[in-house]
Amino acid sequence: MQLSFIDYVVISIYFLFVISIGILLKRKVKSSTDFLGGQGGKNAIPLWITSLAFISANLGAQEVLGMAASGAKYGIMTAHFYWVGAIPAMVFLGLFMMPFYYGSRARSVPEYLSLRFDEKTRLLNALSFATMTVFSSGISLYALAILLKVLLGWDFGFSVLLSAGIVAVYTFTGGLRSAIYNEVLQFFLIVLGITPLVYAGLRRVGGWSGMQAQLQPVMTHTWQYMGSANDNPMGIGLFGMLMGLGFVLSFGYWCTDFLLVQRAMAAKNMSAAQRTPLIAAFPKMLMPFVVILPGLIAITMTKMGGDFALPFKADGRMDYDMTLPTMLAHFYPSGLLGVGLTALMASFMSGMAGNVTAFNTVWTYDIYQAHINKNDTDEHYLRMGKIATVAGIIVSIATAYLARSFNNIMDLLQLVFGFVNAPLFATFLLGMFWKRTTGHGAFTGLLSGTASAAAVHGLTAAEGKGGWLIPGSMSSLHEFHSTMGQAFAIAITAWVVCFIVTVIISLVTKPKADEEMRGLVYSLTERPQETEKRWYLRPVSLAVAVLVMTLALNYIFH
Amino acid sequence: MLDILLDDLRFPIGLLFLIFSLILVVTGLILPLKPGADTNLNLFAGGVMGVFGLFMLVTSILSARAAASGNEQH
Repeated sequence: MQLSFIDYVVISIYFLFVISIGILLKRKVKSSTDFLGGQGGKNAIPLWITSLAFISANLGAQEVLGMAASGAKYGIMTAHFYWVGAIPAMVFLGLFMMPFYYGSRARSVPEYLSLRFDEKTRLLNALSFATMTVFSSGISLYALAILLKVLLGWDFGFSVLLSAGIVAVYTFTGGLRSAIYNEVLQFFLIVLGITPLVYAGLRRVGGWSGMQAQLQPVMTHTWQYMGSANDNPMGIGLFGMLMGLGFVLSFGYWCTDFLLVQRAMAAKNMSAAQRTPLIAAFPKMLMPFVVILPGLIAITMTKMGGDFALPFKADGRMDYDMTLPTMLAHFYPSGLLGVGLTALMASFMSGMAGNVTAFNTVWTYDIYQAHINKNDTDEHYLRMGKIATVAGIIVSIATAYLARSFNNIMDLLQLVFGFVNAPLFATFLLGMFWKRTTGHGAFTGLLSGTASAAAVHGLTAAEGKGGWLIPGSMSSLHEFHSTMGQAFAIAITAWVVCFIVTVIISLVTKPKADEEMRGLVYSLTERPQETEKRWYLRPVSLAVAVLVMTLALNYIFH
Repeated sequence: MLDILLDDLRFPIGLLFLIFSLILVVTGLILPLKPGADTNLNLFAGGVMGVFGLFMLVTSILSARAAASGNEQH
């Protein structure tokens, strides 16, 4: 890929804006909650911004590059991650869970766990979340530097320090608000910067019907080939899809990940907090057309022959990860190429900023304030938040270098994070909707869920992965069609084990008094008073509209 | 009024995309098309960004003016 002067101008202007936003927001940071996040008040962030930040926090590089890659590999079936996975979970979060997060006045998800259960459950969640965020941030940094090296030949160290430096400036000056504002800026940049690619690509392949004519039918249908795991390239059956992705993984991620919930918590009141994920669901359901279609177009053009083909990896397999960059280089002229590349770089950086701003909150409130220094001034915690920001970025840089030297360590870490996350939703579901659930139950349930996830991975195999609990000569207990199928099975098992163990331990331990759980459990909480006067803007109306439209999209592309 | 505008995220977003639009339109008019391309993508994208940027800029200025005149009356 060759950049011209004008492309560098575009890239520089964007990052000048990003840094200016951080510096302009500096004057708004007066207390620790201004910097780290907290609820409402006069500094509340408008609803449209929290909503777009909510989906943009997830619109990192993994989504932008990964979804195009999956589109090329699996076809439009990739849209299940949106129309089965994300959307129903976002609706559930807005309607049923947000009242407890927001109503409890907790400043973070782990803090909710301490109010509802106890300190050990909070600490378990806070420690695993804090570790995960700094490593994810480092992985974003590593992936960006590798991409820039491959595309533009930039030096690894230069890319790492430049991107980390930009993120450091705007998160250190403006805190969470700055991260959120820049996520929204990045959202528009990605949508406006990649839509011309979809437009030009669709013209080249002759639209949707042109792709249907070129590709096998399994690539252009979402549901028709879901009957058995043998029939589709994902290697997933109907049960695995609905239960694994649709329920356990999606609800676990969208409803409990503090990075996302933090955006909704910054809204001005309960109604706005509830509507944040619901309004976010509208653009979210259309994102497949921006991020997945380029993959389908790329594979169609590769099939058609001509002057475009996806590159191959050293081992001779197709390099799907390069789908989007290859498409950008093929279609975009100087100028627009700068915009497209900026969108990619911005998505890596805002992924990093999101993780850093979630890390500094959990570190300051849930680890430092809760366990190390309980009663200090707000000024002290603000300073600690800023120190945590810098520390988080330094650890991210170290992680990026570590990832470059030991690639397997990163795979291993992501695997372990998966084990830790899988059971989470069972804990929150029981905690919010069954008042008998106890802290001991939640804690034991989480640990056994994680242990069972590891056990499933150790006893089964897929694509040569897993099976490490089984002695060398024996084969694994079960061979999955794909690692994705295995991941879904791991998640389902962890969820079920966590659920059952939590219930059993709760029944034999002493629950909290009802008085202590007001506002934290469904049966002891008054329904939030609806403050929105226009019926069509109320959470329930929005939820119905979202679900109807999602069903329609599933039907159209079935 | 500038104070209100700087607080409104629509203002920097509008400004950024208006600048991008200008760059893309000018580049699109000067540079020849990429070999094999049938549309001038720079012009197309520049146009879309221009409309979007202008919309964000105008709404932010209108609401800042309304807020400024509201303050004067109090």
